[in-house]
Amino acid sequence: MTSTAERETAELPNPLPRPRDELRRLQAVWAIPEGWRILSAVNNSVIGYFYIGAAFLFFVLAGVLALLMRVQLAVPGNLFLDQESYNQIFTMHGTVMMFLFAVPAVEAMGVLLLPQMLGARDLPFPRLGAFAFWAYLVGGLVFFSTLFFDMAPSGGWFMYPPLTGSRFSPGTGADFWLLGIGFIEISAIAGAIEIIVGVLRTRAPGMSLDKMPIFAWTMLIFAVMIVFAFPAVILATMMLELERAFDWPFFIPDRGGDALLWQHLFWFFGHPEVYIIFLPAAGMVSMIVPTMAATPLVGYRLIVVALIATGFFSFGLWVHHMFTTGIPAMSLGFFSAASMAVSVPSGIQVFSWIATMAAGRLRITAASLFVLGFLFIFTLGGLTGVMVAMVPFDWQAHDTYFVVAHFHYVLVGGMVFPLFAAFYYWAPAFSRRALSERLGKIAFVLMFVGFNIAFFPMHIAGLIGMPRRVYTYPAGLGWETPNLASTIGAFMIAAGVLVFLLDLIRHLRPTVGASAGNVWNAGTLEWLENDVHAARSVPFVESRDPLWEDARLSADVHKGRYYLPGTVTGRRETIVTSAILAEPQYVVRLTGPGWAHLLAAIFTAAFFLLLTVKLVTAAIICGAVAIACVVAWAWDTDSPSAGDVDIGGGIRLPTYAVGAASHSWWAMIILMAVAGALYLSYVFSYLYLWTVRPQDWPPIAPLASHAGWIASAALLCISAAALWASGRSIRAAVPRLWLTVGLTVVGLLTLLLGLGADVASHWLAGLRPQHSGYAALVFTAGFLQAEIVAAVCIMGIFACVRILVGLTDGRRSVVFDNMVLLWGYGLGQGALGLLLTHGFPRLGM
Amino acid sequence: MNQSVLEPNGAEAERIADLALMLFGGAAIIFFGVMALAAASVWGGVSVRRAIASERMIVAAGIAFPVITLTALLFYSLWLMRANIQGNATPPAGRIEVAAEQWWWRITYVEPDGRRISEANELRLPVGREVELVLTSPDVIHSLWIPAIGGKLDMIPGRTNRMRVSIDGPGIYRGQCAEYCGGPHALMAFDVIALEATEFDAWVRGDVAGGSTETVRGRGIFEESGCGSCHAVRGANASGLVGPDLSRVGGRRTIAAGTLPTSRENLTRFIVDGQSIKPGNLMPPFGLFAAEDVDAISAYLMSLQ
Repeated sequence: MTSTAERETAELPNPLPRPRDELRRLQAVWAIPEGWRILSAVNNSVIGYFYIGAAFLFFVLAGVLALLMRVQLAVPGNLFLDQESYNQIFTMHGTVMMFLFAVPAVEAMGVLLLPQMLGARDLPFPRLGAFAFWAYLVGGLVFFSTLFFDMAPSGGWFMYPPLTGSRFSPGTGADFWLLGIGFIEISAIAGAIEIIVGVLRTRAPGMSLDKMPIFAWTMLIFAVMIVFAFPAVILATMMLELERAFDWPFFIPDRGGDALLWQHLFWFFGHPEVYIIFLPAAGMVSMIVPTMAATPLVGYRLIVVALIATGFFSFGLWVHHMFTTGIPAMSLGFFSAASMAVSVPSGIQVFSWIATMAAGRLRITAASLFVLGFLFIFTLGGLTGVMVAMVPFDWQAHDTYFVVAHFHYVLVGGMVFPLFAAFYYWAPAFSRRALSERLGKIAFVLMFVGFNIAFFPMHIAGLIGMPRRVYTYPAGLGWETPNLASTIGAFMIAAGVLVFLLDLIRHLRPTVGASAGNVWNAGTLEWLENDVHAARSVPFVESRDPLWEDARLSADVHKGRYYLPGTVTGRRETIVTSAILAEPQYVVRLTGPGWAHLLAAIFTAAFFLLLTVKLVTAAIICGAVAIACVVAWAWDTDSPSAGDVDIGGGIRLPTYAVGAASHSWWAMIILMAVAGALYLSYVFSYLYLWTVRPQDWPPIAPLASHAGWIASAALLCISAAALWASGRSIRAAVPRLWLTVGLTVVGLLTLLLGLGADVASHWLAGLRPQHSGYAALVFTAGFLQAEIVAAVCIMGIFACVRILVGLTDGRRSVVFDNMVLLWGYGLGQGALGLLLTHGFPRLGM
Repeated sequence: MNQSVLEPNGAEAERIADLALMLFGGAAIIFFGVMALAAASVWGGVSVRRAIASERMIVAAGIAFPVITLTALLFYSLWLMRANIQGNATPPAGRIEVAAEQWWWRITYVEPDGRRISEANELRLPVGREVELVLTSPDVIHSLWIPAIGGKLDMIPGRTNRMRVSIDGPGIYRGQCAEYCGGPHALMAFDVIALEATEFDAWVRGDVAGGSTETVRGRGIFEESGCGSCHAVRGANASGLVGPDLSRVGGRRTIAAGTLPTSRENLTRFIVDGQSIKPGNLMPPFGLFAAEDVDAISAYLMSLQ
């Protein structure tokens, strides 16, 4: 132990006293716009609050829908809701809970908590985060309000075709689902990219991965899973919408499509989705339990391994939703094994929490009660999960109320209870007052007892034969008692939520700078004294529970004795560190408040929603405005280098980075992973349909001539050459920027022509997307390539204009580099498309 | 009558019920064990808590125990599925085609000589004889589920699924569509009537009764009003294939796919205003009939057994 005098002089990066106006300047650059202008704010604390509020609003709305359903099912033959209303309501309940509550709620917790927890000042792309939130809010509200106009979808949250195809669902409800949810998924991906880069690149110096709080680990895995899982369902929604709007028969069996293709794509997303929701909630529990037990988490490394294993396994068991479709029994065995295996990592976490509670002494607070309730409910849900993973048992239980009971135990137990625990636990960090322990305990008892009364009897209802998704049932089958119990329990849960709302009204006083503080004596950084700029200075982290290890840390951080105690460039800043060891690399300047991202979100939402109601011209105008807004917002994001700056402790960091050091490069790589996952889902679809319907492939269908693919490949090669040459020219010793621009234009044009040659060759051979599932998939390759080409062209024009006005050059090159990355990706995807659509059909000929 | 997994009356359903009971017992033991451990970790004495608070406990209870248990379970379930994995070596003793349509069941009994007998919405099965159900759908995905006999199997447009069933004793069971198929999915059920094999054969091959003097008038109205363009009645001037075959509708326990008990009054209700009973079904309301005419039709239909 070093003496106090020593550490004051030697160990801390910045000396006292701090310059007089340092804090004032710091607060000024991070200031949140006042009054209604708060809508333009991008601070994670503000957006995080909005985000959680919106997610909670959708939780309440979807909960009201659940109550309506429970009233209808309270007695047999009830006439409270008619058939169509019930079908719309159960579809919306599931859809809203999954897409508008669960995923956004955990993403919101990430936005709110991560920067503070990681010792960053904000997330790395504040406007992207705000854009994702506004897009979700506008899209979600419009989507929900379709219920009031009897235009809501009624095909179930899983939207199985052919029921959701235009023949059996001619209204616009299904289109609202496909475009609305597809759009909200894109917003979730935007948030995921931000979270991955935030967790990997903006941690406080010294916070190597093995010192990172478990919640951050779970958010990282959450976001990576979104990157790989969501594209599958985005592709599926895109295909079903193309089928509905333009008659491309992907899922119509009479015309060479296949109904099960949707199920494969949907559940390839849908199963990981369950863990996408559960893992961050488990992460919250891993934060709450150690604090409430006042002891470090037991089994940290085991938990991290368990989390990664869960993420990995969860992609290998989507078929367990399809055990009754008639798939060969041997492959069922494989997926059954995978489904059982995934329960092991969850068990590891449960026993780690139990071990942690035993290692310390658990204080029985409202948050602890919700955690204990979670353990009870989730354990039971996990055990019934093993049951439905047993194929023969699932043949009986599938699509019955047994499964309804099971997944509510897993999802409500695994996600909602931890979320309420989190509300009670973290409220003091974001509110002037803590929430009421007394009201919290009352809310817990109502919710816990109500939950078990509502959902336990559903196991029995299912076993005695009650199927899911029925709007009514006959008397005399023994279903009356369990259903009445479920209805009573549902209203008890609602009463618990009401008590919680009352607690919010009475005690929640949102604040950024004057919170109740570390009332639980927790050990992680989000409990440092925070203001609009997060902590006053960025600490050096040496352990997993820094506030416990160093009792003075909080005070020293607040005095500004650690890194970056003010603003060094006069802008919003945070420290970018290396991904694994968190060594400081550069200081990034972050964007402040603005309107462009907000307008972009509104017009993007308008674009998708107007498409739904077939107002194509208006939609295109909104789309164009949205792109203009994105360009305006992106225009001032690439600030030039401000030279090297001093963050304290003798560390001088650059203020600009290119290549793999740049946080922007990481975001681009992740975006390419999203695009790649989407394309792989497409390749899967193509090959899958071939295994089902090989008879539709050439030579029965017309095959494009050799000239088509040769021309397309040649154009892609020219584009690649131009790409290489433009990259060289911008970094040449004597840069000739006109040459760079010229090469870029040539390269983009040839990329576009390469796509045109490919599509034209199929068209000229006589193939039309409406012919068959095969033909539709061939043209889908062009459709997906067109999306990438369009994005590269917009980025290319943007880069060229900036080069011409002198804002982008060989050193300030992030805009250009990002365009080049996506361009290279587009070339690769184009080549793969040629191999697949021209090469594969020729294999057997 | 039951629709319960827990009251099995067929070989597969019995195997699964045994499995279920074993799973419930095992799960209960594990659940109470975990809860006891959790309670001990919160309220237990110092020495108990010290024993729990170790990574060794996590590895033992969270890795070793589940891996062993789950491996055993997996092999047990594969063993239960052995018939499905190996495939069927012997041909079935009977074949019944079931096509699920929005929102009823088209049932065709295929005789060994290839003769096909059309029925609807009630499945009769011979006791002690293994029958193959050939499952298809012309519209959306449905799923055939008779809990007392065995698990469910989806009926997917463009595909044909085959299910072997055998039933232990005579009785009446209820089945229902288990895959959401839109609209009145809740009202797509059927009865299963298990008959002794000889009785079953006699029923399948039996002639259509009906046509007594009392029902001649109803038959006349039925035929003249064009009911036969959608419905078929063997022996009458009615061969439509759009709706359910009515050749023996009066002998079924229910009408409209398990929606109402078969009775003259209910048939009348359905003819006059089927849309309020089963919204979305393809049959338009026939309010144009005089009350006594509809009643005559219903009387005729009741006589078809």
